[in-house]
Amino acid sequence: MGWARIHAPGGDLALNTADTAHSEGPSAFAQAAELELRNVSKRYAGQREPAIHDLSFTVPAGEVCVLVGPSGSGKTTAMRLINRMIPISGGDILLGGRSVLEREPRELRREIGYVIQQIGLFPHQTVGENIATVPRLLGWPKDRIAARVSELLELIGLDAPGMKDRYPAQLSGGQRQRVGVARALAADPPLMLMDEPFGAIDPINRARLQDEFLRLQAMVKKTVVFVTHDIDEAIKMGDRIAILAEGGVLAQYDTPREILTRPADQFVAQFVGADRGLKRLALTRLAELKLIEPNGLRPDVSPDGAHSVKAEMSVRDALSLMLSAGGQPLTVLDGSGRVEGLLTLEVIEKLLSDEAAEPRADAR
Amino acid sequence: MALGQIAAAGPVIPNYAAQSSSCEIHNRFFCAEWVSHNWGPVLWPALREHVVLAVVAVAIGFVISMALALAAHRYGWLERPTTLVTTILYTIPALALFELLAAPVGLNVFSAEIALVSYTLLILFRNILAGLRAVPGEVLDAAEGSGMSRRQALLRVELPLALPAIIAGLRIAIVTIIALATIVYVVYDRGLGVPIHTALGEGPFKTELLVAGGLAVLLALVADGLLVLTQRLLTPWARAQTG
Repeated sequence: MGWARIHAPGGDLALNTADTAHSEGPSAFAQAAELELRNVSKRYAGQREPAIHDLSFTVPAGEVCVLVGPSGSGKTTAMRLINRMIPISGGDILLGGRSVLEREPRELRREIGYVIQQIGLFPHQTVGENIATVPRLLGWPKDRIAARVSELLELIGLDAPGMKDRYPAQLSGGQRQRVGVARALAADPPLMLMDEPFGAIDPINRARLQDEFLRLQAMVKKTVVFVTHDIDEAIKMGDRIAILAEGGVLAQYDTPREILTRPADQFVAQFVGADRGLKRLALTRLAELKLIEPNGLRPDVSPDGAHSVKAEMSVRDALSLMLSAGGQPLTVLDGSGRVEGLLTLEVIEKLLSDEAAEPRADAR
Repeated sequence: MALGQIAAAGPVIPNYAAQSSSCEIHNRFFCAEWVSHNWGPVLWPALREHVVLAVVAVAIGFVISMALALAAHRYGWLERPTTLVTTILYTIPALALFELLAAPVGLNVFSAEIALVSYTLLILFRNILAGLRAVPGEVLDAAEGSGMSRRQALLRVELPLALPAIIAGLRIAIVTIIALATIVYVVYDRGLGVPIHTALGEGPFKTELLVAGGLAVLLALVADGLLVLTQRLLTPWARAQTG
């Protein structure tokens, strides 16, 4: 794997200069590295309170870690410490087991994809030139850059003819955001930093871009640090969530399910909201539930359409349907329309109590 | 001396060409014959000299202003003193500046160019600096986050994005300097100012005044047009709109 090359003697940039772009599909995104923050702190001169206080957590390679918190919690600061856009005051950050403090900042940044809310596409460069930014800084040969740009345009669904030569002003907000992500992915970085990447997009397009990004992430499997102030986005995007409180203190670092099931303290419980039970239900699909056997139903008779749902539906949406149907059980159908079982309020109740009784998942 | 002044009282035909037509004798509005006789010996050389005077002044002014603007872009405190000095230079009356320079520098091309250059600085410095400062913060953030050095960000991002403002400054500067260069003759007898001055001293001699002055105006328009064209070629992105 490409990442191993980073430890080769004298191979600081081996992962980017060597032949990382293989032709066999997603392996063109071979890189992902573990990220570890060790007692990181940030203190600005002339300020009594630190902006980041003793922050420690580890993001396993290939996982999405969402930094979430109210304004003033230092989540963007924490993110920018990682690529040294902001100098670290104390502690250490390790990327792939190696301290970022040992690295030349510009070299480090070329290995870390960087996406910001305002996107910051270069208005004087075409889509293709924007995407080629880091490969050009790394001095890739022209034909390799061109091949990489086409590959990324295809990946983000902007491979229509002429799209490569458009300027950012000629794109929609969503398209610009996709180009921003493609630019960050161009040199196959082992880590991506994303600062409220969908914050400036309207709700409908935001949901679409989120889904798109999750699909993309399932393919490229990058280690991602994703900053947002929106707990719903955090729950949707994160494999793990780091909730920061005022003063850059880590309140809880866990999987979304753990945070919703067992908030560490009053602050976290308040931050995730009183509807955390419902949010938890949104994390589970009907297919994952132990449904009631469909004994009472004749399998050859198609069940009443109004009261049947697909197994991919989230438990939260199904519950909502059930409630609006007066608490009637729902028939759950699999992909081919066969009856999988019955969903009743008791099934949901059991799910909630089982989760609460489960031993803590090892998240730290 | 006295004789000369009396002689100059009536419209005297400049002695550039051997023969004088009746059009010239009567100082009509426009004598095509005079123009065709004097294009080669007088007007064309003056025009060429004028172009050189103006282009050299704007080129030197541009280099100095660029250096000043880059310095002020990096070290913000430089902006005030630089603006102050270039403003003072800009406000000195042109004739006074030529006279001021004549004593230490002499009646030569250096006096001429020093004066002309000093009038470009304020315009170019302010436009270049404004262009650099107008680059959006998020674009700079993205450049830094992508791993560009300051120099790379400047060359690949900031200067290209400042180009429209820079060229706007160059347009004002070149037009100003082409006009101003017509009075350079007081320290250095080159350029379109020479035939204009001659014509004024002779009545004025309308044809020469009109043609030499007209050439200066035309030159300014052409220079401006060329810069507009340059900008269109260099900044295709500026015209790219949605759709």
